[in-house]
Amino acid sequence: MSERRVRVLIGKPGLDGHDRGARVVAMALRDAGIEVVYSGLRADVSAIAQAAVQEDVDVIGLSILSGAHLAICKRLVAELRERGATIPVVLGGVIPAADHSALRELGVAAIYGPETALEVVVAAVRDLALNHALPARAKGGPT
Amino acid sequence: MKDARREVSNAAEPRTRAGLPLKPSYGPDDVASPPPPPGTFPFTRGIHRDMYRGKPWTIRQYAGFGTPEETRDRFRYLLEQGQTGLSLALDLPTQLGLDSDDPRAEGEVGKVGVAVDSLDDVERIFGGIPLDRVSTSMTINATAPILLAMYEAAARRQGVAPERISGTVQNDLLKEFGARGAWIFPIEPSLRLAVDVIEDCVARLPRFNPISIASHYRDAGADPAEELAFTLAAGLAYVEACLARGLAVDRFAPRLSFFFYTYTNFFEEVAKYRAARRLWATTLADRFGAKEPASLKLRAACVCGGHSLTRAEPLNNVARTTLETFAVACGGVQSVFTAAYDEAFAIPTELSARTALRVQQIVARETEVAQVADPLGGSYFVEALTDAMEERVRAILGEVDAAGGMVECLRTGWLQQRIARSAYAQQRAIESGAQPVVGVNYPPGLGSAADRGDEVEAQRLSQTAAEEKARGLRELRARRDGPAVRRALDRLGDEARGGSNLQEPIREAVLAYATVGEITESLRQVFGTYQPPTRL
Repeated sequence: MSERRVRVLIGKPGLDGHDRGARVVAMALRDAGIEVVYSGLRADVSAIAQAAVQEDVDVIGLSILSGAHLAICKRLVAELRERGATIPVVLGGVIPAADHSALRELGVAAIYGPETALEVVVAAVRDLALNHALPARAKGGPT
Repeated sequence: MKDARREVSNAAEPRTRAGLPLKPSYGPDDVASPPPPPGTFPFTRGIHRDMYRGKPWTIRQYAGFGTPEETRDRFRYLLEQGQTGLSLALDLPTQLGLDSDDPRAEGEVGKVGVAVDSLDDVERIFGGIPLDRVSTSMTINATAPILLAMYEAAARRQGVAPERISGTVQNDLLKEFGARGAWIFPIEPSLRLAVDVIEDCVARLPRFNPISIASHYRDAGADPAEELAFTLAAGLAYVEACLARGLAVDRFAPRLSFFFYTYTNFFEEVAKYRAARRLWATTLADRFGAKEPASLKLRAACVCGGHSLTRAEPLNNVARTTLETFAVACGGVQSVFTAAYDEAFAIPTELSARTALRVQQIVARETEVAQVADPLGGSYFVEALTDAMEERVRAILGEVDAAGGMVECLRTGWLQQRIARSAYAQQRAIESGAQPVVGVNYPPGLGSAADRGDEVEAQRLSQTAAEEKARGLRELRARRDGPAVRRALDRLGDEARGGSNLQEPIREAVLAYATVGEITESLRQVFGTYQPPTRL
């Protein structure tokens, strides 16, 4: 089995234009040897799902600061499900603790705030990628 | 040789946030020549001789959320508590030209500001607030032409003539491409609309600032010298755009205003404002031949807070914004927004908003800072730091020029990438402990800051704002004169295809109760949409 680099899509959905966090996390992931695709600002949720499937990414990271996280995550999870994709979604930004359980119920794998250390995010993304890749590869591999 | 290398590589050598070296003490040899008194060219020490004795800074707290009524109530509360100017926060759909019932606005209506769809909303926000006696700043950019027309019309309904309204529309599109991201149209038509507003205000609204050239580069990651350099570079780009429109420099330059971020690096911030005034005055005089003193005076509003605030242990933010507010008062700015302790992660509550207002009042009334112009002037340290800041900013301005100028730097993504690199370096410095952030990485051993975030009660946002707004839009569309709206929007599209100033057709559409979304869509069909870079 050939070693493949972990691939991550950093998505900046919704209307907010502050992408400092998205860019800083993307740079940290890249420095850690992870391949990063960036959606650019105001990415359409269905386009994020589509790109994630097409680019065969292991993890989707969303950056949301505007308070629209519940609506956006709900839509993304639905879009992924429609495509039969099981790619884990990680959320970063300004996310009130009161919304964490609802987000987890939606299927968001991890939620990070402004003070989360970059190494924590990088390690979590690696773990999620590994856990995601194993069953998917086994399923899709030659029998 | 050995010593020189140590000087370069020793990470512990104290430096300011912009990397300016700090000496253990300063003396007369560190100061080139003392700057002339306040109120005289190049205005290093302030734009007025008697500064705040003659004209106190405006206490202008950024506010707005949910529905027009909720925002009006917060405005009235702040005015009752002694605020002296209004600052309107608009939600993202309004900033991006989407109506509240647009599917693209789902989840965003009334969240980071108030939702405005039509003139009707602006009339309700300012209901009972006399617009001839209070000035209003609006953080609005791509849709600034529309919001300005609505504000003017709402004032007229109160019986206040256009020449009597005062305030500011931010209307700085360059920093939207560079740092803040709330663009709609491509760069060229965006600049055209910005200059339309400047031209219109010069001709018709003598007390209104048509632009606030803003430093959001800082909050996106730029250091203080980069912040000042990029903001001044944008200012110069607007000067060139206005000259290209055929406006005379001494007609429009007095109407340009600025907006800066301020963090806790106290002395460097004071030096930044002093250097900013000197750089602007000398550049306008030398490069553009401006003669009127008003053209040469850099007027600045500022925010104390932004990225300097933390979610962990949020009450610490009161100490931070107090230092920042004191810094801008020493720095001689004209208008101040002091952020609330919860503003890094929530819409302020009445308590946090009032506390932020009190910080300003304490600085203004309980200290001596408002009685003496440029109180730190003549300090060996502050004068030396002002000179060092000016030199560093001139060097960065040279880099921007070499890379093709501000507009070209935005087009190629040079500027965005440079800011992202600075942001990344800062984040690494915080995580390594090299840059202390109290309550986050200092004192050592605090543990995960993410677990210490929610010590204060958060403002609850009404869940029904989007529904209320959608219902309001249905009613509005039913009762307004449909054909008149259509005619106004068609005219706007026609004139956009030509080259004339678009403020007049936008005013006509606004008066017909065309919505922000409809007016924007008419322009979008002519101008298209900006495509953001996805390169990191």
